[in-house]
Amino acid sequence: MSGLRADLAVIARLIEPGSRVLDVGCGEGQLLAELEAQRDVDARGLELDPELVERGVSRGLSVVQGDANCDLGDYPDKAFDYAILSQTLQTAQRPDLMLDELLRVGRKAFVSFPNFAHWRTRAALLLGGRMPVTRALPLSWYETQNIHHVTVRDFCDLIAAKGVGTEGVWYFSGGHEIGATGANWRAEFALFKLSR
Amino acid sequence: MTTAIASQSLTLTHDLPLDCGQSLAAARIAFETYGELNADKSNAVLVCHALTGDQYVASNHPITGKPGWWERMVGPGRPIDTGRFHVICANVIGSCMGSTGPSSIAPDGERYALRFPVITVRDMARAQIALIDALGIERLHTVVGGSMGGMQVLSLAANFPERAARVLAIATTARHSAQNIAFHEVGRQAIMADPNWRGGSYYGHAAPDAGLAVARMAAHITYLSEAGLTEKFGRRLQDRAEKSFGFDADFQVESYLRYQGSGFTQRFDANSYLYITRAMDYFDLAEEVSSGGEGSGKLADAFAGHAMGKGARFFLISFDSDWLYPTAESRHVVHALNAVGAPVSFVELSAPHGHDSFLLDVPALDRVVRGFLR
Repeated sequence: MSGLRADLAVIARLIEPGSRVLDVGCGEGQLLAELEAQRDVDARGLELDPELVERGVSRGLSVVQGDANCDLGDYPDKAFDYAILSQTLQTAQRPDLMLDELLRVGRKAFVSFPNFAHWRTRAALLLGGRMPVTRALPLSWYETQNIHHVTVRDFCDLIAAKGVGTEGVWYFSGGHEIGATGANWRAEFALFKLSR
Repeated sequence: MTTAIASQSLTLTHDLPLDCGQSLAAARIAFETYGELNADKSNAVLVCHALTGDQYVASNHPITGKPGWWERMVGPGRPIDTGRFHVICANVIGSCMGSTGPSSIAPDGERYALRFPVITVRDMARAQIALIDALGIERLHTVVGGSMGGMQVLSLAANFPERAARVLAIATTARHSAQNIAFHEVGRQAIMADPNWRGGSYYGHAAPDAGLAVARMAAHITYLSEAGLTEKFGRRLQDRAEKSFGFDADFQVESYLRYQGSGFTQRFDANSYLYITRAMDYFDLAEEVSSGGEGSGKLADAFAGHAMGKGARFFLISFDSDWLYPTAESRHVVHALNAVGAPVSFVELSAPHGHDSFLLDVPALDRVVRGFLR
């Protein structure tokens, strides 16, 4: 698991051998490669950037170049045991609809995102009066692809409103897993395991 | 046109059934192979050629003397590495490089000409299967092709799902569009309007080279991109400082097309051009599985044999400058494969050369092909 981002390492640990997995926004396929190599998983990816797709396919992975905002519709219902959306939700045109699609194509979903209510973000906005540029959100407002910033509490409200069940939540700061106490202040990233 | 001698050829001992209802008796399939077949026959890669291609994928063309048409992709150390793979490339039936086609001698001792049955892309795939049957290859490591080669690849995967472990279709489509058919019809009309065509029975007489050259010129434009043509020729004049105020090839692009057209007639049979373009126009993978009328089939049904990971791994590649078989056509196939849960990869590569990009210098293509065949 070495080298995998903390949220991906948790996902890789939790996916059972033999599962069918779709990684939405899979980048160059780090998680897919890990899953295929270690766990006899049928892992597929969807990625917008052709250069990243090229790198994934060159590693022997199954990656389709496509836009998660519209191309998830190409997959049949419950085609996968797990649909994964890691640190991509905040870039979606409609995160709520993407969540629906995720739980349509996957029996369960893993969703991770940067928590906009982390204390550094709050401090940057409160004291600096500017859009936060932090370790978790390194790009300025004009160049970031994050168009729907979200907090842990916002996300909990959304899934509650949708009647989506939470099977597990993990929080991360400084690249490590942290406890749930005060997570909406302390967590830079959150990972949810969801089912409907 | 001169008839080439293929270095290897197979004469089928059974009749080859055709979609038109007829069958071909004692069909001959000319082919080339490169690299050694391993003991368990698991390293065979079948390369399917395009409309005017041939079996000389990685060796010199016997008529033109030019290098193989895909030498940058197939050879020792190349993405399709002949040090690792046993590469097979067969001339499609209907063509004119040694496989049975309209210029071949029919069982009655006369040339077929237009008595040759109209064939389809699926018939071509049947002939490919007959060849690998004869070679004793149960399952191909990979079947790969671009353009019409890609159509054969898709047809083979749909109709013979257990015969290939990897399916790589480049710059292609699952059905010919109205625009595709329209361009082909221009080419066919050019051939048939040539008085030398004689209703197809021109063998032993002067061939309809003028018509065939025009057909090639028109088609060649569709293989390039506007940007590519502009970059290569612009409005530059050919060997002259001034316009001639006549109908000579004033412009470089005219001279180039004329050269392409006349060169083509040296190596290709006009009737073969009619038959193969017809086969491409008839190609509609979804229609093949439909029970009812035109267009009622679902493309996903064509790939039912690959449902839920039981079949091959697929990879489709398109090029952003290809307006003949644009990216949307590849996506259509990807969509169908996703619908049956087949493992599929897809990428649209950026290249300036239009449809012909699959034959030209596109390093990203080399990388992904190499990766997919790992």
